[in-house]
Amino acid sequence: MCADVTTDVIKDASMLKQKEMIASNYDKITSAPETGVKVSSTFVPGNLNELTMCFDIANNLPEINALSNAMRKKTGAMISDAEKMGHSEDVCTYVKADLGMMAKGNIAPNGKPMPNPDMLLLSYTGCYTFLKWFELLREQYKCPTVMLHVPYEGEGKITKNMRDYVVKQLKEEVIPTMEQVSGVKFDIDRLREYMKDSAKAEDDLVWVLQSAKNVRSPIDAYFGAVYYIGPIFSAFRGTKDAVEYYSLLRSEIEERLAKGLGPVTPEGEMGEEKYRLVVEGPPNWTNFREFWKMFHEDGAVVVASSYSKVGGVYDYDGFRHDPQNPLESLAEYCMGCYTNRNLPDRTTMMADLVEEYQADGLLINSIKSCNSFAAGELLMLREVEARTGKPGAFIETDLVDPRYFSPANVKNRLESYFQMIEQKRQGGAQAA
Amino acid sequence: MSVKEIIDRCEVLFEDVNFTSAREWKDAKPGRKVVGYLPIYVPCEIIHAAGMLPIGILGGGSDLEVIHGDAYYQSYICRIPRSTVELGVTNRLDFIDGMLFPSTCDVIRNLSGVWKLMFPEVMARYFDTPQNYRKDIGGEFYKNDLRELIESLEELGGVKVTDDDLRNSIEVYNENRKWVNKVYQYRKDKPWKTPSAEIYLLMRAGEVLPPEEHTQMMQDYLAAVENEERRMKDNCRVVLNGSFCEQPPLGMIKSIELAGCYIVDDDFIMANRMITTDISTEGDPLENIANAFLTDSMPFPSKFEPSEEEKGLYLADYVRQSGAEGVIFAAASFCDPALLDQPLLYHVLDDQKIPYIAFQFAENSGQMQPIREQAGTFADSIKLWSAA
Ligand code: SF4
Ligand code: SF4
Repeated sequence: MCADVTTDVIKDASMLKQKEMIASNYDKITSAPETGVKVSSTFVPGNLNELTMCFDIANNLPEINALSNAMRKKTGAMISDAEKMGHSEDVCTYVKADLGMMAKGNIAPNGKPMPNPDMLLLSYTGCYTFLKWFELLREQYKCPTVMLHVPYEGEGKITKNMRDYVVKQLKEEVIPTMEQVSGVKFDIDRLREYMKDSAKAEDDLVWVLQSAKNVRSPIDAYFGAVYYIGPIFSAFRGTKDAVEYYSLLRSEIEERLAKGLGPVTPEGEMGEEKYRLVVEGPPNWTNFREFWKMFHEDGAVVVASSYSKVGGVYDYDGFRHDPQNPLESLAEYCMGCYTNRNLPDRTTMMADLVEEYQADGLLINSIKSCNSFAAGELLMLREVEARTGKPGAFIETDLVDPRYFSPANVKNRLESYFQMIEQKRQGGAQAA
Repeated sequence: MSVKEIIDRCEVLFEDVNFTSAREWKDAKPGRKVVGYLPIYVPCEIIHAAGMLPIGILGGGSDLEVIHGDAYYQSYICRIPRSTVELGVTNRLDFIDGMLFPSTCDVIRNLSGVWKLMFPEVMARYFDTPQNYRKDIGGEFYKNDLRELIESLEELGGVKVTDDDLRNSIEVYNENRKWVNKVYQYRKDKPWKTPSAEIYLLMRAGEVLPPEEHTQMMQDYLAAVENEERRMKDNCRVVLNGSFCEQPPLGMIKSIELAGCYIVDDDFIMANRMITTDISTEGDPLENIANAFLTDSMPFPSKFEPSEEEKGLYLADYVRQSGAEGVIFAAASFCDPALLDQPLLYHVLDDQKIPYIAFQFAENSGQMQPIREQAGTFADSIKLWSAA
């Protein structure tokens, strides 16, 4: 989800467009002291980008900064600084990378210092760590902090009570705080307009993700999807730029599909598609290219992933931002993000994806930092194996802490998994 | 009854990972139901009003051999979910009709789904508490949430829960909390008379006994302990913080005291004193339960603190109110809520010049020597500091 992945990987028009968009957002943020633009920090899952835009507030996403720093091999030192400041080794490394970045002068990827945020928007979707993270940031910045409590879909559904609760918080807590911070009056029609554009971009993103249903997928829906989801999961959902980006992207993938091409990797066009996988869990960022290579060099393409749904599940059950009911729709968006869904639903989703995308099985990349994803994944693996009859595999890495990426272990596991898939195929062929 | 008799009984209840007393309660009358809940807090009044026995499931403790549970949880996740799964797969919880998983952390939240998948015949619910404390927003949400909980219990038990049932149960728990608070106050006043291991066992008993019986037990204990001859030691006084979910082994509590620290306040079992005032029995009972949570509940790391100025001050208040001289942070390994909160609390204590130390444990930690040494050094330094 950042320009670093993309620049050296793909040089398509969509890629250049995305690079430009990301750079302009960082410039908007870092030039805030001169321009007077107000800056809000917030999280990826359940972010309220269209709403923030209604107040001309720029959106800064600390998770993206952390992963971006990880890709530039900077997080090891940042995490170690945070640990020296008293943070435990055991906790989420995104938080520590962010606190360590602050300690190192809070330099944005464009090399300029990040201004202090004018507001912390704690949209508390799918992860308890968010709450602690922003309490820690608030202690430093002393800026207004607005909590949007997004109830968990514990019973596998969104009730009226849950929706009303989120809408009320939006109306009576979030919007008034944004008005106060920005000095801009809320205009619901402006929100509707942005949401129309969100839905357009979402349609194209879904088309792109679903193109992986083709056998010989034109995309990689995990490593490649990291850049496809970049704009819509961050500061661009609801913008004309995002509409344009997704339309460009779609036409590029349409072309690849028409030509029968596979995904593009950092090492160029991918060779034969030998294995089709569904992946659960976020990627590792510190060794992203090396990690990806372990897949593509063996002919493994990821055809669907849960990570491409952390900032919104658009493809699985058809959610779109709805300009007719803007606040209700924002509420449903926040509640529907992948990690805000209960484990049985996540499990069913993974099993369905294995079937629908004709995958060879489910691979879980379990992240040491992230209980939100990880707690329960071993059971998920068993269930998906049992339901689909396809073998699964489990690897363990971390997001941004280089100490927890062990290339030899990961490679071994993957190779045994590919062998297992081969054996299963041969067994199946013999039985037939 | 003597202190020894009471505490012996508590110890039997504590060590019994088959929950015999709750099973006996259930078998005593046909149709009885038992509802388990994970730490930290659920409104037990509601379960009680449905005629059911709420019991706290606080993990498998130090002696439970975890054989199956490890296959469900990675090494970097705390121990309580794996030992709870172990209790489940070894049929030790097979008498439980419903399980509630309160809003605590991502692990407990996901455990609600693990339970749904592994034990589909048991009613398993994630139980949300509001992070917005306005009556018209968070209060309204919580009231409806409580109503949904009642509906699911009514369905489970084939019963109807009336407002009068709720009022009656509120009274029972008001009385129980009153005695919990008296015990805690007594320990603050005379910690040499009430070793913390005893207080812990007494409170743990309340997690499996009907509240009326537990209230009686606390009354008996306070009466008996007053007559007990126990010598005051030259210990320092500490507040223990961070053990609100996974529970430390009893040996750790004993070790801290043996090392020269009286624990005068703690957060071991918060369910029984989360609400800090009596809940009103006038008017709408659900509204009263909801309002009590909004305005009169104890802070803990999974609860958002809306005011930056207030963040963590509660801990310094506990120190003052209990006449403590320092804080021991004891969090379960890999416990994100406790460990992420700690640095914020350190800053409050630093500002107020309250000394502290921190260590981590797992419910089955065996080696107590390092903890004893650390606590001993801490006690010595406090004594030196106060003498200076
Ligand atoms: S625990 Fe997971 S979801 Fe939460 S902040 Fe950390 S990495 Fe993100
Ligand atoms: S010990 Fe901490 S991390 Fe583990 S379940 Fe309890 S609150 Fe969650």
